[in-house]
Amino acid sequence: MSIDVPNTRRAKAQAKGPFGSVGKILDELDDRLGVAKGGRTFMDKIFPDHWSFMLGEIALYSFVILLVTGVFLTLYYIPSSDLVTYHGSYLPLVGQRVSEAYASTVNLSFAVRGGLLMRQMHHWSCDIFVGAIVVHMARVFFTGAFRKPRELNWSIGLTLLTLAIINGFLGYSLPDDLISGTGIRIAYSIVLAMPVVGTYIAFWLFGGNFPGTAIIPRFFILHVLIIPGIMLALVGAHLYLLVRQKHTQFPGKGRTEKNVVGSPMFPVFMAKTTGFLFIVGGITALLAAFAQINPIWQFGPYEASRISYAVQPDLYMAFLDGALRIWPSWTFHSFGHTIPFEVFVPAIVFPGLVFGLCYMWPTIERIFTKDNELHNLLDRPINRPKRTAAGVSVGMLIVVLFFASSTDVIANFFHVSLEEVLIAMRVLVVITPLISYPVTYKICKELQAAKGGKRKVANTVTRSEEGEYVATPAPVYVDDLHSDLAAMQVPRFIAPAPDDVEEGSGTRVVER
Amino acid sequence: MSDHEQRTPVELQGLAANDPHLQPASKNPKQAERVIAVCFVLGIIFVAAFGACFWINAQPWKIGATLGAGLSFLGIGLVAWGKYLMPQGPFVEDRHDLANSTDDRDAFAAAIVQRGGDVVKRRKLLGGLLGAGMGIFGVVAMFPLLRSLGPLPKKTLDSTDWRKGTYAVDITGRRVRVGDLAVGSIVTVYPEGTQNTDRGQAVDQTVLIRISNENFTTMKGRENWGPQGYLAYSKLCTHLGCPVGLYEQELQVLVCPCHQSTFNVLNGAEPEFGPAPRPLPQLPLYVDASGYIRAQSDFDQPVGPGFWERS
Repeated sequence: MSIDVPNTRRAKAQAKGPFGSVGKILDELDDRLGVAKGGRTFMDKIFPDHWSFMLGEIALYSFVILLVTGVFLTLYYIPSSDLVTYHGSYLPLVGQRVSEAYASTVNLSFAVRGGLLMRQMHHWSCDIFVGAIVVHMARVFFTGAFRKPRELNWSIGLTLLTLAIINGFLGYSLPDDLISGTGIRIAYSIVLAMPVVGTYIAFWLFGGNFPGTAIIPRFFILHVLIIPGIMLALVGAHLYLLVRQKHTQFPGKGRTEKNVVGSPMFPVFMAKTTGFLFIVGGITALLAAFAQINPIWQFGPYEASRISYAVQPDLYMAFLDGALRIWPSWTFHSFGHTIPFEVFVPAIVFPGLVFGLCYMWPTIERIFTKDNELHNLLDRPINRPKRTAAGVSVGMLIVVLFFASSTDVIANFFHVSLEEVLIAMRVLVVITPLISYPVTYKICKELQAAKGGKRKVANTVTRSEEGEYVATPAPVYVDDLHSDLAAMQVPRFIAPAPDDVEEGSGTRVVER
Repeated sequence: MSDHEQRTPVELQGLAANDPHLQPASKNPKQAERVIAVCFVLGIIFVAAFGACFWINAQPWKIGATLGAGLSFLGIGLVAWGKYLMPQGPFVEDRHDLANSTDDRDAFAAAIVQRGGDVVKRRKLLGGLLGAGMGIFGVVAMFPLLRSLGPLPKKTLDSTDWRKGTYAVDITGRRVRVGDLAVGSIVTVYPEGTQNTDRGQAVDQTVLIRISNENFTTMKGRENWGPQGYLAYSKLCTHLGCPVGLYEQELQVLVCPCHQSTFNVLNGAEPEFGPAPRPLPQLPLYVDASGYIRAQSDFDQPVGPGFWERS
């Protein structure tokens, strides 16, 4: 009798089947969960390659960094506005009466190993997060990626931006330092400015008249649990829809409305995107290491009757602060009631209009274009001059308001009077969007006429022995090589190359 | 027996390993591999250095620099591996319509509209009652949230703790006397007893400025509010409630650092510039027989930013 006993390495491997022990594990998993089909489809999922598609990834990975560093911070932060006497390692504060929130934030910066780095990483990645969302949103807008069937994902993204801004403000307020405390005071007054319901909402939110008793613990639970929880769910929905509806792509060779051309999820996209997570984390860590952000020990603890010069909010709130600064002091006061238009319009109506316009844009555009088709190919912005011009116009409005939030700093820096800066800003905020629209429209039209769109090929110029100059096209870029091949389905398996030498079976017959 | 044949039925497409789609994008893969290897080695070194820095509790910038460099090098290496050494493709995948057939759509709509609708239509009373119950619950379910969160505003925004005869004290609780301030000086005062409370600091805070040695009238009807040159204004900006903390002595204005509203001290704190819509309320003062600065009454209007109920 003779049986095959696998006793060489190769034979043992072969006995396990062509996919080895990993294959075995996958088989066992498939027996129980039926993952093979869906799993493979996911591995084969195609991601189109374009640099602008990574902007959303920056936002996603900043969110991951926010969660990780945020968890670290919650271990040391104490959400309490009870007053304690500071006895830490930062000498200028020793002996002062400060809130526990402030004391614990200073302590986690100086006394906890790695604490300052984590806090700075948290703050930096928040700024990167909101910035990346805005730039990602601009990409989606200008390329028309929000069109049918992706309107819902556009709305989810906008909601994420709104929540990111709100949560950024809440987190910024938690250390209870002088500058953030002033920010809370302003936020309270903005809520108060809502007609009819303002005072009630403010009292419920803060547990009474400013400063109330409950701000810090309430802001804390909103900041670390409720809003991040909602955001996590929305990020999941955002990515689920991305997978379900598949990514958009720019038009190009072999690309149609009915396919996706690019790299497969595994391993190419996974390698690139994981590497990108590391890079985003690395850059955040480098920023946190070398660029100080929000040194609250220099600002001092919040006291309601103190204030400092150049009080400005974090980046993403600046446009609102700018609007508050330059809006005139028009107020309504009659019939026994006051409507503080000087606050209500710039701080509530205006952002409501901007965000409302963004939410409504896919609908607005469909009404104007009467285009009800499904779109998977992206627009080049120059081919949609009206949309591009509208986007640039609103974007420029926000940019002007951003600078308007520094009127006092600008006046000081350029040694001009505050009044002149204010008037200049009021003029700019009106004319910049008005000028941006026609200028952008015209630029788009000119570019269309120029029939651009293909990268110019570099030439190599050589001089012959006779002194004659000859220009020959230079070798193509690595990126351009792609276009030489036709796109094909991801193969189900990879066979050995035909010229590989066939090897023996690797089993040995053993006589018993 | 052949596992291999079971796993890969004949219709599955394979691709020969030397197919150009599976080749790396890099023209010089050997060199790319060397560069990536260097990135990974640097990444390993820096990540290890990060651990060491953390362990010995090095300065924060060293911990951050090593972590940042380590992650960046690993990331750059991994991205480069994916971009230059992995199958260059391009690969394609079909998009399948998400929309279902008209039949499927109709069946779905029928399930909701007909099957569900009929049930409700046939029992209109039950549907109405259930709707009423859910509706009422929807409203009252908000009560625990709203009514537990805080008190109702009532009239609390209309007044401060200044009363007739209240002493003005500074942050340490010392009563201010008429000789304490030189002309041109300013101090923040509170109603005696509130200087250490949240409400005292947030709502009652008042700036006391001495602008001359003579009684000063800021406007008609306030003839005796500024005894011996002492003027008191609410410190809450009427725009957004920031403390109006900057006093420009030469121009005799108070400036709010938040949004640069400027109030004329000599003119009843009338706003001269910026978004503030109203003057700062002025506190009527008197000097008592012992020389202490005291309030004649509360402010004659609510302090701070505007709100709906402010009449």
